Parts: sequence; structure tokens; C-alpha cells
Amino acid sequence: MKKTLVGATLGALALGLAVAPNGAKADEIGACLITKTDINPFFVKMKEGAQAASVANGVSLSTFAGKIDGDHETQVQAIESCIASGAKGILLTASDTKAIVPVVKKARDAGLLVIALDTPLEPIDSADATFATDNFKAGELIGQWAAAKLGDEASEAKIAFLDLTPSAPSVDVLRDQGFMKGFGIDIKDPNKIGDEDDPRIVGHDITNGNEEGGRKAMENLLQQDSEINVVYTINEPAAAGAYEALKSFGMEDGVLIVSVDGGCPGVLNIKDGVIGATSQQYPLDMAYKGIEAIKAWAESGEKPANSEGLNFYDTGVNLVTGDPAEGVPSIDIDEGMKRCWG
Amino acid sequence: MSETARTSRTKQEYEQTLDASDKAVAQFEHKSRNFLDATQHFLHGNPTMVPVIVLVISIIIFGALAGPKFFSPFNLSLIVQQVSIIGILAAAQSLVILTAGIDLSVGAIMVLMSVVMGQLAITLGVPAPLAILIGFVGGILAGMLNGFLVTRIKLPPFIVTLGTWNIFFALNLWLSGAQSIRSQTLDEIAPLLKFFGESIAIGGARITYGSVLMLVIFAVLWYILNHTSWGRHVYAIGDDKEAAELSGIRTNRTLIMVYGLAGLVCGIGAWASIGRVGSVSPQSFQEANLQSITAVVIGGISLFGGRGSIIGPLIGALIVGVFNSGLRLVGVDVLWQVFAIGWLTIIAVAIDQWIRKVSS
Repeated sequence: MKKTLVGATLGALALGLAVAPNGAKADEIGACLITKTDINPFFVKMKEGAQAASVANGVSLSTFAGKIDGDHETQVQAIESCIASGAKGILLTASDTKAIVPVVKKARDAGLLVIALDTPLEPIDSADATFATDNFKAGELIGQWAAAKLGDEASEAKIAFLDLTPSAPSVDVLRDQGFMKGFGIDIKDPNKIGDEDDPRIVGHDITNGNEEGGRKAMENLLQQDSEINVVYTINEPAAAGAYEALKSFGMEDGVLIVSVDGGCPGVLNIKDGVIGATSQQYPLDMAYKGIEAIKAWAESGEKPANSEGLNFYDTGVNLVTGDPAEGVPSIDIDEGMKRCWG
Repeated sequence: MSETARTSRTKQEYEQTLDASDKAVAQFEHKSRNFLDATQHFLHGNPTMVPVIVLVISIIIFGALAGPKFFSPFNLSLIVQQVSIIGILAAAQSLVILTAGIDLSVGAIMVLMSVVMGQLAITLGVPAPLAILIGFVGGILAGMLNGFLVTRIKLPPFIVTLGTWNIFFALNLWLSGAQSIRSQTLDEIAPLLKFFGESIAIGGARITYGSVLMLVIFAVLWYILNHTSWGRHVYAIGDDKEAAELSGIRTNRTLIMVYGLAGLVCGIGAWASIGRVGSVSPQSFQEANLQSITAVVIGGISLFGGRGSIIGPLIGALIVGVFNSGLRLVGVDVLWQVFAIGWLTIIAVAIDQWIRKVSS
């Protein structure tokens, strides 16, 4: 595994492009998977899904990845190579969701089916379809769980919000606002974090989605109010950092931490009592279903439909917890471990 | 005696014309100094005073605005704790900036070495002390690679370290698979890696070993820079490399050692960062390179080299910490904290430029 990664990294450095094309036969359906990076476990799992589906469906798969998250140029080149290769469709997690739109249009004009995985393009209908986690629902599930766990005390809760970045990308807003709705907070404008006036909200801080940021943000919010008893986190590394801060304040017991992602370290942290519950998303399914959709498109010209009431196809989300709450559907830790990524 | 004898005796005729001449001893012309000039001179001689004054004033202002929450021993010790890692990196950064260089790779070296320590100890089962030692050596080698490229291949430090920043970051992701090593796993297998997260309570304050480590690093570097000939060479090279060379300093060798020492400090910072974060986190500290430069600049070390005290960046890091904590407790949005630090950096450099223009 590591060796192939070195090879891929070196290749990427040499060509500015990580390419692993399979010799496409003329009669085979070709498909391309283009991810932000090929190192992040989330995308590794995505690639696994695409490969498994390609084998099962007799599709010839080429995979491309940017060097780092935000490497837009490499993704543009990947789409261009993919059009040139005569593939029938592209699965794409865009690094720059706006700037990629013109080249995506070029691909669609050339007759390729373009499906955005995980990250919607802006505007969302720039792609033929979007296969993604319903992040609002992911937030809602952990909000409902936290409220159910607290029971009557939910009306007195003191909640800290550990968000992603100051620029508040859509995933940040959706999860944050979803949690609030699930918990029973009036979210006012669902596109805006911070316009709520519920006294149970202690404050919001940013984590950059990593442990260091999670710890600092938790410390900051505890300085504002030392009676925090519910912590919403954007992802599991941020949750792990928040737990370290609570531990250093001697407050690790009696505070509920909830999160989103369902990575394997995150599920292990549920087992160890660091995180109470997390909403698990399924990158493998996104890519697997994406390949199936490309096959259907190539054979019958049929485009995938959106989930009901949404402007994308929901690839599903499950609440993982060792401590289920009544009325909130969840899967247990063993099931979560089986389906985790990374 | 002879003086009185000379003045008392009758002057010769040819000497009498001297009476009309200026009798003052040759000297520099003194402009009458106004307050601003005096301040400029004072600061030129004491470059650390600017950050110290800013720190004191900001503590007073935020103390007044945010009240006891800000002034509590707990909060003040928390600020020190929060800046400890950036502070350590700023110490490493200062060494390089004193030589008129810049090191964009300090944060990347630190994170890479924390991953090296973690992977060795956890995945490969290397005893923790050995894993830490290898991380230190790795830090030195990474630093020396920068130094080698700067001195032997004669590339600008900015370009070299911009390149190695990317290289070290890629290696970090490859080694770690972009996956953190969990706190609980560390507790089980290699708790020594989290040593600097331990703390002692004094009154209401909670001093982590990491905070103490930062202060020790600054103290040691201060001693080296001010009380060893090697330290004076570092300043001399930063001031004027050619002149230093001509006066017999082996500048290239010293420069490689400076980068190597900076790398070692990053390696030590790597160990401390594991304690601070609680886990080995390959995604953390991605902005640390630039934050360390911010601390150095606010701390009054000149980006043009050769001037400034190593204690400045410690104060600089604390100023950033005080601003973040103070603004947050007053209830200012994160966005405006970033905004404030940005202006602070620019003002700091402007003041530095003004002080450098000091004229007699």
C-alpha cells in the first residue's frame, strides 16, 4: 500500500498528475474517478468503491487525484485527459467547486456523464448528478440523539459549537444548522451560522477540522462558560481535540460530545467513550453507485435521479453510538466499525 | 599644570589670531532632539522594548475590557499553553531570520517529526525514547538540508524552504496516511510521547511542561546568541555576510549549523506538540509556518537580519495569544481576531523600518 503511494506521489511530482489508467479496450465502458487527493482515507475508500464497482460491472476505470486538497489545475488536466480517452463518465470530488464548472461543461458537451461525489459543484446543477451525504441530516441525527440523552435537562443545556473555518463552507453550515434543528433550537436562516439567539448556545469557534484546532476552540469556549455540557464538532479529529481540552479542565465526564464522519478512529473513540455519537457517511457507496450510474448512462442514456425532496442523491448516513436513544435510529459500534473508512 | 602654565603666559603675536577661531573639540553635530527622535534612539538601542510595551498595554486593555475572566491565573496560564508550540517554532524561526534568511518549513518539519516519532513508536514498536531521539535527529537533518541548499547550491532561503515545506508536508501525509494516531493508543503504548502535555498546578494557574519547555528553549538560545562567539557570528552574518566572511567567520558552515539548530528546535517542538494536541495529528499546525513568522516579526526581530533579541519572538507569540484570548472574551468574532493580528504584523514591521532609519 505504502509503496504504491510512493509511486503515485513520485509520479504526481514528475507529471503534475497522478494517473493510473487501465488499458481500456475499445468495447469497454470507460470511467474516470477524480479525487482531491489520493492519500486522505476518505478518498482512499472512495477509490476502493469505484474499483470494486468497476470489476463487478466490467467498467474500465482510470483514477486521477490532485497533489493536495485545493489542487485545481491537476483536476482540470484530469478531466481533459478523461474526455480525450473516450470515457463515458466522470466521478469528481472538486477542489474548487466554482472554477471547475467550465471544464465540467466541456465534458458534458462531449457526451460524458459527470457526477459530483461528496462535494456539490456551485451551482449544484453544473454536474449531471451529485452523490453525497446529506450533511444537514447528519447534523440533525446527532442533535436529536443529544437532546434525547439529556431528556428534560435539554432545556438547560449549555452547548459549544466547534465549526470548521471562518469562511464557513456549505458542509460547515449544514452540519452545524442540522445539529441545532435536531436539538430543538430555532435556526432562523438555515444558511447562516450565528444568527440564532437561543440562550443555550455558549458560542462558536473554529477548529480547521483537526485535533489542535479542536482543543484550542474547546479551551476558548470553556473560558467563556465552564458549564458547557454538550459539544457539537464538525468532525472526529476536532472532537478528539475537544476531549483533550475537557480532560485538562477535569471535565471529561458528564459532557456529551457528538460529531460527524464515521472514520475508523472516530468509531474507536466512541468505543472508548470520547465521543457519544457520530453520523457516519459512506464514501465507498458514493463511488460504487457512481460507477453503476455511468454504466446505466452508457447503456441506456438514463441519468440518475435525485433523492426525494433533495437536489442531490443521498448516499445515506447512519448514527453510530454505543448508547442508543429512544426514537433516534442508530447502528451499534460493531456495525460502525465494519462500515468505517480509514 | 602645564595647561595653566600655557594659558597664563603671554601669547606670541602669531598665536593671537587663534582667539577668533572655534575652540570647540571636533565632534558630531547634535540636532536638538524632540521626543520622537529620542524614542527612536531609545528603541534602536532596545529593540525588544516595542513588543514588551505592546504586550503590557494589551494586557491592561483586555484586562479592563474582559475583567477577571481574562486576568485569572488560569486564563493567563492557558494563553501561555496555547502559544507554546508556535512560540517554540518562533524560536527556531528567529535563528534563521537573524541571518537574514527565512524558514517557511519550520511547521512542516515539526509535524513531520511528530509523525515520525508516532509511527516509529506505535506502528513499528520502537521504544519511545529512541523514537523521540530519531525525531530530533530527523529535525536536524531536515534543517541542514535547508542550510545546504541555501549555502552550497546558493538558492534563496525563501525558495528553498518553500520547496522543502511542500516536500516535508507530502512525506508527512505519506508516512501517516493522513490518519491521526489516537490519544488512547498513545496512552497505551507510548505515553512518554505525551509527556509535555502534563501540567503542574500553582494556585489557579495550570502550567504545562510544554510551557516550561518553551521558556527553557528561549533561555538557552538567548545564552547561546549573546554569550558565545558562535552566537555573535550569527548576528554578524545577518548584519553583513561578506564583512563576516572577511573577518574570518566561516559563514557557510555557521549557516548550515543555524538551519540545523532550527531543525533540532522543531524536532523538540514535535515532541511538545504531541503533548499539546494529545494525539499525533498530521493535519494540525498547517498554518504554523506563517504564524511563527508573525510572532518573530511582532517580536521586533528585523527581517533584514542581524538585529533583534531572541526574547522578542517569545513576547511576540504572547501578544498574539493575548489578542486572541482577549478579543474572544470580549466577544469578538474569530474573523476580526484574524483581522487584528494582520494589522499588528504590518504595524510591527512599519515600526521596525522606522527605527532602522535612526539618524544621529
